[in-house]
Amino acid sequence: MQGLLAWVPLLPLIGFLILVGIPLFYRREPPESVIALIGVGSVGIAAICTAVATAAVFWQTPSAVVNIALWQWMQLGDLQLGINFHVDWLALVMMMIVTGVGFLIHLYSAGYMRKDPDFRRYFAYLNLFIFAMLILVMADNLVLLYLGWEGVGLCSYLLIGFWYKDPVNGTAACKAFIVTRIGDTAMAIGLFLLFYEFSTLNIPQLITAADDPGANREMITIATLLLLGGAVGKSAQLPLQTWLPDAMAGPTPVSALIHAATMVTAGVYLIARMHPLYILSETAMTAVATVGALTLLLAGFSAIAQSDIKRVLAYSTISQIGYMFLALGVGAWSGAIFHLMTHAFFKALLFLSAGSVILSLHHEQNIFSMGGLYRKIPFTCLCFTIGCACLAALPLTSGFYSKDQILLRAWEFREGFNSLWFAGVLGALITGIYTFRVLFLVFAGTEGTASVQCKDANTPVMTIPLAILATLALLGGLLTPPLQAVFGTIVEKHPAAWVEGVAIAMPLIGLVVAWQLFRREKKTGEQRSRVTKFWFSGWGFDWLYDHLLVRPFNTLSRLNHNDIIDALYKGTAAFSRQLNMLLSASQNGQVRWYLATFAAGSILFLALLVAL
Amino acid sequence: MPIETAPGLEAGVLLASILFCLGLAGLMMRRNVIFMLMCVEICTNAAALMFVVAGAHWGNADGQVMFIFVVTLAAAEVAIALALVLQFYHRKHTVDIDQLNDLRG
Repeated sequence: MQGLLAWVPLLPLIGFLILVGIPLFYRREPPESVIALIGVGSVGIAAICTAVATAAVFWQTPSAVVNIALWQWMQLGDLQLGINFHVDWLALVMMMIVTGVGFLIHLYSAGYMRKDPDFRRYFAYLNLFIFAMLILVMADNLVLLYLGWEGVGLCSYLLIGFWYKDPVNGTAACKAFIVTRIGDTAMAIGLFLLFYEFSTLNIPQLITAADDPGANREMITIATLLLLGGAVGKSAQLPLQTWLPDAMAGPTPVSALIHAATMVTAGVYLIARMHPLYILSETAMTAVATVGALTLLLAGFSAIAQSDIKRVLAYSTISQIGYMFLALGVGAWSGAIFHLMTHAFFKALLFLSAGSVILSLHHEQNIFSMGGLYRKIPFTCLCFTIGCACLAALPLTSGFYSKDQILLRAWEFREGFNSLWFAGVLGALITGIYTFRVLFLVFAGTEGTASVQCKDANTPVMTIPLAILATLALLGGLLTPPLQAVFGTIVEKHPAAWVEGVAIAMPLIGLVVAWQLFRREKKTGEQRSRVTKFWFSGWGFDWLYDHLLVRPFNTLSRLNHNDIIDALYKGTAAFSRQLNMLLSASQNGQVRWYLATFAAGSILFLALLVAL
Repeated sequence: MPIETAPGLEAGVLLASILFCLGLAGLMMRRNVIFMLMCVEICTNAAALMFVVAGAHWGNADGQVMFIFVVTLAAAEVAIALALVLQFYHRKHTVDIDQLNDLRG
């Protein structure tokens, strides 16, 4: 039974290898159904393997930990690294999300990407993505985790730039790659520090070593802050959040995969996985919570001002991941993972139904040219509404339970009214506003310019994943993962009723505000005030980075167009050539000249001999 | 028995040096190949003279043996050099050495 777990990451890898290797054996491209069968099937079987292993091993004993040693990877002095998996409930929850939600997204993709000339390439990348994410989640040492970490980075680059013939997509892919790489560099340095301090990168050993009272606390603080840097990059938190809205350039199911099931949750997972180290450092915890709180507000305000349906969802993802960071920072570990899980359900649902809208409208993404779509695509409308309700955390939806947990823990964190709780509550209000604003603009009211030519593009292969995800999003709140064995039990305190009341009321207030906003925006169209323009641009971070980093860099590179270092080598070459010309001029074929120089040389030599 | 110093060693060396320098100067200044050959002969003779003077100085016959070698060498050299000069004239219709600069770099 436990051996099944090793197959979970291997199956998508096999799927990837088959898809990539097909041209070696067949000259003609196989039919789409075969490709879809391999691509979707490999992840599907992986999901089944996860489910079977869960039912067989973990369900009875929540504290079970399965270690699987596959290969020795490398051995360098003290450092022994293996391809070893360490599966506990934390990893298991992530595996279920990655394979389960990933499978549904794969299935949907088979419909969404039909007739795309690069169908096979698409599924190959998707399988590789799932493989890398599973390695990240299951790794028992930080280097293997880093392998998966970089793997998802590579795959996101490949998938964001999937339609590479449009240079805009290529630029977005490069941006995602480079910005996340900044965080990855910090993380790599953090790993070096940890190894320097504890001589091990095996996660359980590392945690034991750090728990020792004699451990160097300052070093742990620095290392955890550097790991936070990596998490900030991958999870698109402040200040490295700018890549994510641009990452919408890829196909919509890719956005669902990156945003819901895999890549951006990696940062949350990393911090949750390393949480015993974070507990040791109050600075690091405060940093995590602050980053989360600031990001969730900033991204929330940006989401209110967007006009592209996918960008609204992108900023909403940044904002929701901010909630998870806030939860991690206040020590609500299981709350963060719970929210990660419910978020995976409803964000995948939202992205996939947004994909259906976009496909039905022939790739129109501007919400101001939509409207009144509830008559034309009722099923998509239903799915999107369910997703919105969960995202806004309306009572009894899955999002409500997970967000409520986070807000309560934030309240308890400093016993009463504190800035983190306030940020969370304000964030809940903003979430309500932007969620229902986009819902109303797309589905309610009168028809927009693009709605006229709307044609339902849903095929059964797309409706089934939507239906399953909608069910999961609604009922996911009941599936509280048993994470006590990983994070320890938390003593439940019950704050005043009004605290609970505020958390329930905020999304509803948001709904009302959104209705007002919708009525006003529907009248005025896209005219924006200065503040909303500022929000629209993501608080000017792109502008700032452009002026602070990109332009100086470009200027420098232009100045250094003829490489300064090259001048040294070019100078040497020029000097030799000059010398050569000088010497070859002396070789003039005149015997008498040779003789004269020979005589002069002899005299000189003799004179030297005499002088010495 | 102490080596008997032959008289006029310095004079001999001086004469040989002057002769050699004259030959060298001629070699450097003359452009006519025939004259240059004659200058080479002067240089050779200066060297031969030096052998003889040195042999006389040390009371040793080797210097005179070397003189015979040098004279033989000079004869052989002239034989070859004249053949070269003939070829040179045949090709260039001149005996000006400065015309013979086909091997310049």
